[in-house]
Amino acid sequence: MTKYVGKSAPRKEGRDKVTGRAKYVDDLTFPGMVHGTTVRSNIARGRIAGIHYEPLIPWNEFTIVTAKDIPGRNSIALILEDQPCLCDSQINHPEEPILLLAHSDRYLLEEARRAVRVEFEPLPPVFTIDDSLARKQVIWGEDNIFKSFLVKRGDMDAAWKAADLVVEGEYLTGAQEQLYIEPNGMIAVANPVDGVTVWGSMQCPFYIHKALAALFNLPNERVRVVQTETGGGFGGKEEYPSMIAAHAALLAWKSGKPVKMIYDRAEDMAATTKRHPSRTRHRTAVTRDGKLLAMEIDFALDGGAYETLSPVVLSRGTIHAAGPYFCPNVRISGRAVATNAPPHGAFRGFGAPQSIFALERHIDRVAKAVGLSPAEFRRRNFIQQDQTSAVGQVIHEQVDMIHLLNRALQLSDYEAKTRRFAVENPGNQLKRGMGLAAFMHGAGFTGSGEEYLASVAGVEATSDGAIRVLSASTEIGQGTNTIFAQIAADALGIDYESIEVAQPDTSIVPNSGPTVASRTCMVVGKLVESAALGLKETLLRSGFLTDPYSADQFTVACKHYVSRHGSLKSVVQYQPPPGIHWNDQTYQGDAYGTYGWAVYVAEVTVDTRTFETRVDDFVAVQEVGKVVNPVLATGQIEGGIAQGIGYALYENVFWREGRMVNSQMTNYIMPTAADLPRIRVFFEEHPYPYGPMGAKGIGELPMDGPAPAIVNAIEQATGVSIAKIPVTPEVLMEALEAVHA
Amino acid sequence: MPEAGEKVTVACSINEKRVTLRAFPMERLLDVLRRDLQLTGTKEGCGEGECGACSILMNGELVNSCLVPALHAEGAEIVTIEGIARGEELHAVQQAFLECGGAQCGICTPGMVLAAVNLLDRTPSPTDAQIRDGLSGNLCRCTGYMRIFEAVLHACRATGIHK
Repeated sequence: MTKYVGKSAPRKEGRDKVTGRAKYVDDLTFPGMVHGTTVRSNIARGRIAGIHYEPLIPWNEFTIVTAKDIPGRNSIALILEDQPCLCDSQINHPEEPILLLAHSDRYLLEEARRAVRVEFEPLPPVFTIDDSLARKQVIWGEDNIFKSFLVKRGDMDAAWKAADLVVEGEYLTGAQEQLYIEPNGMIAVANPVDGVTVWGSMQCPFYIHKALAALFNLPNERVRVVQTETGGGFGGKEEYPSMIAAHAALLAWKSGKPVKMIYDRAEDMAATTKRHPSRTRHRTAVTRDGKLLAMEIDFALDGGAYETLSPVVLSRGTIHAAGPYFCPNVRISGRAVATNAPPHGAFRGFGAPQSIFALERHIDRVAKAVGLSPAEFRRRNFIQQDQTSAVGQVIHEQVDMIHLLNRALQLSDYEAKTRRFAVENPGNQLKRGMGLAAFMHGAGFTGSGEEYLASVAGVEATSDGAIRVLSASTEIGQGTNTIFAQIAADALGIDYESIEVAQPDTSIVPNSGPTVASRTCMVVGKLVESAALGLKETLLRSGFLTDPYSADQFTVACKHYVSRHGSLKSVVQYQPPPGIHWNDQTYQGDAYGTYGWAVYVAEVTVDTRTFETRVDDFVAVQEVGKVVNPVLATGQIEGGIAQGIGYALYENVFWREGRMVNSQMTNYIMPTAADLPRIRVFFEEHPYPYGPMGAKGIGELPMDGPAPAIVNAIEQATGVSIAKIPVTPEVLMEALEAVHA
Repeated sequence: MPEAGEKVTVACSINEKRVTLRAFPMERLLDVLRRDLQLTGTKEGCGEGECGACSILMNGELVNSCLVPALHAEGAEIVTIEGIARGEELHAVQQAFLECGGAQCGICTPGMVLAAVNLLDRTPSPTDAQIRDGLSGNLCRCTGYMRIFEAVLHACRATGIHK
């Protein structure tokens, strides 16, 4: 029995947030602090021919940093280290950082930024997946390909011969901006005596730590990274904060002063990462009675100018491309290619929303081709417990997609509404439709990723007997502080209120890996649980504590132990669950220890005069293991669905010569309180034995389903099959007019 | 340029205290609040009046402080998020945000709380449509707004004015 896990403990830092007391990076001021800014490229590809400083600016008052000022390697260490921290000659995308400026006067600093004129010799750029694959210009490596994967299962040739029907389709998804409401920002203090310290908005303190150590050529212990309260991340603060930390630290190193670097919204949107645009081609063989025989999937991502995280995004997208279906013959080719746009990066779902959009649109078309309803076709093909997935993973966990589907259909009144809309729609300007999407999302790092990470988390007792959780997992709104405290409180049998969660500071907390991949609760939460149990065991064995005990007795025992031994700390390292094997070469095996499973239903109204689409109702049914905190979990799902609705209908990045031109909240449209339907969230719980008290990851799951469910509903409403998102009024107008022409 | 001209004296009331500010006439009230008065609960999300993170109450109106020149504060009654709780006692809206999960990352929360307070001051028993309309100038990227709507209703119930 748990006292806190499964109940909605109030958010740990909630009081500070509702009173405005929580300190975000821009709320901090250091004595003598100056401001930093970045001079960027305004071409997509070329060479720097010269840098000129316009007169009328008192340049002698400014700290100016170029690539020559970098003490160590000029790259942002991540996977390949192909992305420079500051360009010294070759430009590979618009908004690429070239030079840094610092000054105490923010307004003069902005004038100075505009007064640095960089002269370029342009080179021909590449902007599309097709041009990159065709090697119109080779802009990266030998063939523009960052990474490719090939997943093979069964005998495709035989399957095509045996097929009654073959259905083909091509699907496109656009870039999407994470649009956390707090823009990126960092403050750095750096000098040869004290080393480098940064405070800022981030998801992954140890990614920044690694990047700074390499950039400054410093030993690990001379670099310190501290996360300040972070106003949203959604993947957007996974990798790019390393760049900003590097820039702020270089300016601080050279100026000898604390440097604050806060991006304004336009810079944040134009220069930092977005979701990878994608193009997916499907070719599917089915039998007359609606059984999947073969799926051939060609999945391509636009990675932008540098490799950064594209191979990992591609990996997740590729593994999720065949969805929650059983198909004996599968061939998935995944490729991430280079273009001269700013590198695309992590965004909630990490490749899966792209490949699942394509799949779930395509499945509706396959169903139609064989004359089955979308629900019935899926019912006949869902993967079942003990069946094998496309990547050769035997699904041992309890999975019942048919139950999730039936529940979602019932809660949304899908069948009755489908019939009613079919009668009401003809001749009506407003056309209504129902659409569904079925999907899964792997929790934690892919394949052997968690083994490589080998994360560590801990729990310690302070000298006054309080318990403190130590991890590098950041609170970014998703509830890390709260759920870790709930888990630790239950493991120790003490009060939730008496648990503190340490601020992630690399000089204090162990490396529990990045705050990404739906891994914080399931993977790091499990480490917290194990560490807490270890601490309790130590106390029991020491004789300071005997079972059963009260919370007060526990506190007294902690105090005694600490006063006797100096400290009481329990630290645990990740161990993979037994029987999990993944082969990086063949891309076969247990891709994830477990999955979240879901069926979502969208109800839409399409106005055939204004071409606007409105979501009227949204039902989300998912199985996510034990729900640790129902209010937080529901909020996570609702928030993810809201982002998914934006992805489907509103959020459109306009590109010109590789640059985002609508880099403002005025013209990049995300859902407001007036735009969203009632979002109805339902959980099923099959506890996962290797998650804390049975929990799985849930953060990314809700991003995968909304877009295909909505576009499927648009097809039911209008009869028009749309294959790309976002479905803006312009897209819908073109599609509807093409049909009626 | 915001600092064009000479600094002027601006007298106003902020969170029920009389204050006299020295600011450039066209400086953003947002910057004056955050920098000169250390009222950092007012956040900057976009700098162009779209996101509402910098919302404050000015003479009873919800305004984006990034669009208000400092000069306009002359004689105004201003309330920021720091003026909503009574000491350690939270306002019913703040308490409801805490209980209902209305705050996630928290960056939109000060503005959203002020928008909700303003809504309930005007419409003590709002309909769903009135809640959506009243909060539609404040963007939240985390919650999908559902918990926030619930928090507003909860605050109505808590204050006993919801019918």
